[in-house]
Amino acid sequence: MNTQTKTFPIQGMHCASCVRLIEKAVGKLDGVSACNVNLATNKASVSFDPQKVSDQKITLAVESVGYKIASGDQDKPKELDQLRKKVFVSLFLGSLIVVGGFLGMPFWMQLILATPVQFWAGWGFYQATIPALRHRTANMDTLVAIGTSVAFGYSAFVAIFPQVVKSIGIKPEPYFDVSTIIIGLILLGRFLEARAKAGTSEAIKKLIGMQAKTARVLRKAQDKWVEEDIPISDVVVGDVIRVRPGEKIPVDGVILEGESSIDESMVTGESMPVDKTKGDSVVGATINKTGTFTFKASKVGKDTLLSQIIKLVEEAQGSKAPIQRLADLISSYFVPVVIILAILTFVVWFVFGPSPAFLFAMLNSIAVLIIACPCAMGLATPTAIMVGTGIGAEHGILIKDAKSLETAHKIKTIIFDKTGTLTEGKPVVTDVKGDVLQLAASLEKGSEHSLAEAIIAKAEQEGLALSVVEGFKAIPGHGVEGVIDKKKVVLGNRKLMKKENISVDESQVEKLEEQGKTVMMLGVNGKLAGLIAVADTIKTSAKDAVKKLQDMGIEVVMITGDNQRTAEAIAGQAGIKKVYAEVLPQEKEEIVRKLQRSLPAGRQVAFVGDGINDAPALAQADVGIAMGSGTDVAIEAGDITLINSDLRSVAAAIDLSKKTMRTIKLNLFWAFGYNIILIPVAMGVLYPFWGILLNPIFASAAMALSSISVVSNSLLLKRYKI
Amino acid sequence: MDKIIVTALGFIGIIFTVWFFLMKKEKQVTVVDEVDITVNGGYSPEVISIPVGKITKINFLRTDPTDCLGEIVLGDFKIKKELPLNQKVTVEIKPEKAGEYVYSCGMNMYHGKIIVK
Repeated sequence: MNTQTKTFPIQGMHCASCVRLIEKAVGKLDGVSACNVNLATNKASVSFDPQKVSDQKITLAVESVGYKIASGDQDKPKELDQLRKKVFVSLFLGSLIVVGGFLGMPFWMQLILATPVQFWAGWGFYQATIPALRHRTANMDTLVAIGTSVAFGYSAFVAIFPQVVKSIGIKPEPYFDVSTIIIGLILLGRFLEARAKAGTSEAIKKLIGMQAKTARVLRKAQDKWVEEDIPISDVVVGDVIRVRPGEKIPVDGVILEGESSIDESMVTGESMPVDKTKGDSVVGATINKTGTFTFKASKVGKDTLLSQIIKLVEEAQGSKAPIQRLADLISSYFVPVVIILAILTFVVWFVFGPSPAFLFAMLNSIAVLIIACPCAMGLATPTAIMVGTGIGAEHGILIKDAKSLETAHKIKTIIFDKTGTLTEGKPVVTDVKGDVLQLAASLEKGSEHSLAEAIIAKAEQEGLALSVVEGFKAIPGHGVEGVIDKKKVVLGNRKLMKKENISVDESQVEKLEEQGKTVMMLGVNGKLAGLIAVADTIKTSAKDAVKKLQDMGIEVVMITGDNQRTAEAIAGQAGIKKVYAEVLPQEKEEIVRKLQRSLPAGRQVAFVGDGINDAPALAQADVGIAMGSGTDVAIEAGDITLINSDLRSVAAAIDLSKKTMRTIKLNLFWAFGYNIILIPVAMGVLYPFWGILLNPIFASAAMALSSISVVSNSLLLKRYKI
Repeated sequence: MDKIIVTALGFIGIIFTVWFFLMKKEKQVTVVDEVDITVNGGYSPEVISIPVGKITKINFLRTDPTDCLGEIVLGDFKIKKELPLNQKVTVEIKPEKAGEYVYSCGMNMYHGKIIVK
């Protein structure tokens, strides 16, 4: 048997049981003779017969137990290490040449020192340039390769044939310091930039790392329940899972038995643990704090809330912001334009420049090639978007794409749906006038309206037996009707009463409505039998959230199907002045459109709703903000989804958008400004006035700094506190 | 005399740069279900044409060690992926609208185009 041993870097291990799981999964593959996993080094050493097992099979086996072979990333540390070496060698040799130049180091010795820098440390520039030229395209490496090759080529010629240079009237002087230090500094810039860039994608790594690896599943074996630790990928919907204190909840589900306090901060951003008991839903990756409980898995694999969050964040980070369009357009012409400018610089200096014209022409055109930095323009927007969306996700604010993040900072009007958004969405019966509760509850049994739940709950609380309803009918925007004991019973609002020609005692109704209660009237055989008032409590965060938005100069509007008086009472409690009441569900979208028309161009309208009933209004708004809590949230419904029920997150999302846009604008200003100002300086436009020229070495230092400054500025966003 | 030669060579150089980089003809490859794109100094084929409303698989294989090409961004389709060296990375797209969609490397230096018909 032909056995080979290979090391695979593993991602996602955190304990000794991870080691066992991987060893077991890989070890059982036919053809694998040994598998040793080292937790400290995060590596698996596998001895296998390549005829029977492929790398891919081993990768699949590792993935089947919930871990990953770090395929692409495994080369990253090695690459960085290599880059570090190259930076050190080129700057060291470059410094020797600089000092040696002053001390009269022979040219041939400078040539020997500069050659490895040009063709070993700088080989990557050629490696990128040659295939790019085959595609008739060019990038920053092309500019560096041309610039340093010219400096090195001329210097090598001077070193080998000094007499020839002298004979044409130029003092033989090599510029190996230019070629070596430029390569050293640009590589140093790349090294620092690579390290900084890794920080921009931290959020997604954190999210992936949050996933539990195993689940303790209760399964029946020979009429007995046995507990078994299985990889999370083997959990199926319907599995009963036990979670002990301090453990991560592996997947989404509903508690069957037990109660506990659960820390959901990693998913919702809410810092306070939430008490949960039988029937409550739990979210995978959150942490069980105190009690032990069992729950039934309802969502596994890619359907869990965490997986959906990861997918959404990944998509957002891959999307393009409209503000990037200009940078895109410029960068597609940038490198050829810089090459043209370098040629022009050479010609102008050679023809009109002072003596030695050739040297001035050469050094200035090298400076133009080296100082141009298209990378800073390319990095300006995506790095800020990555950090911005990442911070949002960490706080339960999911931004669907870069466009939504960009649009959110222009919001001038924000419309809140009342029920379930501004209010808790759990209405309770507060007043019953007349003997109508039993009839109302019987009728509402068939309804799905949130008010129906409140009436049925009240009837159950009072132990009322419900009657059979015939001919039940829900009339959207009005109420319900049906026949009970051969009597026609109707329950609903004024519109329904008017339709049924039932007269109502307005003074009684108005009094209840002024208290912010929703009043339903019950009519039996065309006569009013009584009233039921239902109240939904306003969220504790509502007032504060509305004030924050108003302080930001945003007009806050409330929209509801409730009558004007109830709506105004609730809006008053939240501090909202503008109210659209008695709006039918299908009319919400039209109101959004109306408000959009009333605003000047560039000012945007946002709609905040629960994402389930408000889909058309959310879609019509410039920014649709869907709110929910935990697993109930319709994650794809809005441009921005808030996974916690704290209304202050709306202001936080807009503020995050403003901060991210400010970072992007600053990045673009810096990246464009840098090139617009320094390319002409490198061309020598200041020379006729003040005699200022840019040494190519300083040009390379400025270039290296420009990309780093853009990435670092994006990373500064991380300091933003929500 | 040397000034005239340098000016003339400079002029030729500029014309050549414009022709070489900015006036290249894009060869368009029509794709039915799946296409392999080699990532080496750019994208080959650089311009692909795919049908609207259908899923198309694009397999990227990066053979060029240039760091810049280590990431692919199809911004219009909200896709950003790492391209490990010598490993096939597949992305699936289902364009809903006809039009031209440009994709690029992570730093927006190398570009390819997807024409949706």
